[in-house]
Amino acid sequence: MSVNNIMNIAGSAMNAQIVRLNTTASNLANSGVLATTPGEAYRAKKPVFSTILEAQMGNQRDAVGGVRVTGIIDDAKDVKQIYDPGNPLADETGYVWGSNVNTVEEMIEMLDASRNYQNNVEVVSTVKDLMLRTLEITKA
Amino acid sequence: MTIIDNYLGTHSTALTVRNQRLELISRNIANATTPNYRARDIDFAKAVADLSQSSPVRLTDAAHVDGAASNLSTISSLVYRTPLNPSLDNNTVEIGVEQAAFGKAAAEYQASLQFLENRISTLRKAFRGD
Repeated sequence: MSVNNIMNIAGSAMNAQIVRLNTTASNLANSGVLATTPGEAYRAKKPVFSTILEAQMGNQRDAVGGVRVTGIIDDAKDVKQIYDPGNPLADETGYVWGSNVNTVEEMIEMLDASRNYQNNVEVVSTVKDLMLRTLEITKA
Repeated sequence: MTIIDNYLGTHSTALTVRNQRLELISRNIANATTPNYRARDIDFAKAVADLSQSSPVRLTDAAHVDGAASNLSTISSLVYRTPLNPSLDNNTVEIGVEQAAFGKAAAEYQASLQFLENRISTLRKAFRGD
């Protein structure tokens, strides 16, 4: 049924945006974390979105045309090398490794995610009103 | 049922198409941040023409597919939107455009609904005879 479909599409998008907000929160929270080796340093997490296509209909809850989070990848940018010999985490040469989180970028991600979430809430509420009116067609 | 179908006229067909259009625009809004997503819309005049021409199909077997029912993939009148400002990730959704289209589509849906309601209330008056 089409109404359900619209609700599912908007719902899948809201879900995807929440995942995005979650990664942003995680990135901002870990932006100041230091590590001894580049491998241990925190790398910004980015969700990857894709459209749910007809052929990919796995279970009943999937809405064709909705959004699916296909994975969460680590940002490939280089982690920061900071010279800080006094730090207990510093290696033998005196360097610590900071995360590659770009705080400004994350703030923008956060705003964009919340705006997109709001757009989808608006879709749900408009469609809900329309369908309630459609149900009342018998009372005309 | 053809008499009532004729009486309700194009409005019941229009309501179906408008519902499909709402779904399509909600897809666009949902995929506003999906890379490589192409925004789509319905060519309304063509969609109504297609739906009105198709003869009412009777389903006599469980395996039959209701072609006219709201299945977007069977519609030939889908068109891609041309973006005003192309974006780097090949996404052609422009949220302002989509919001405007969605608002308009919702208003048009209400208009079709109002026409249908008026027809139905007239019909009821005729039945009651008062």
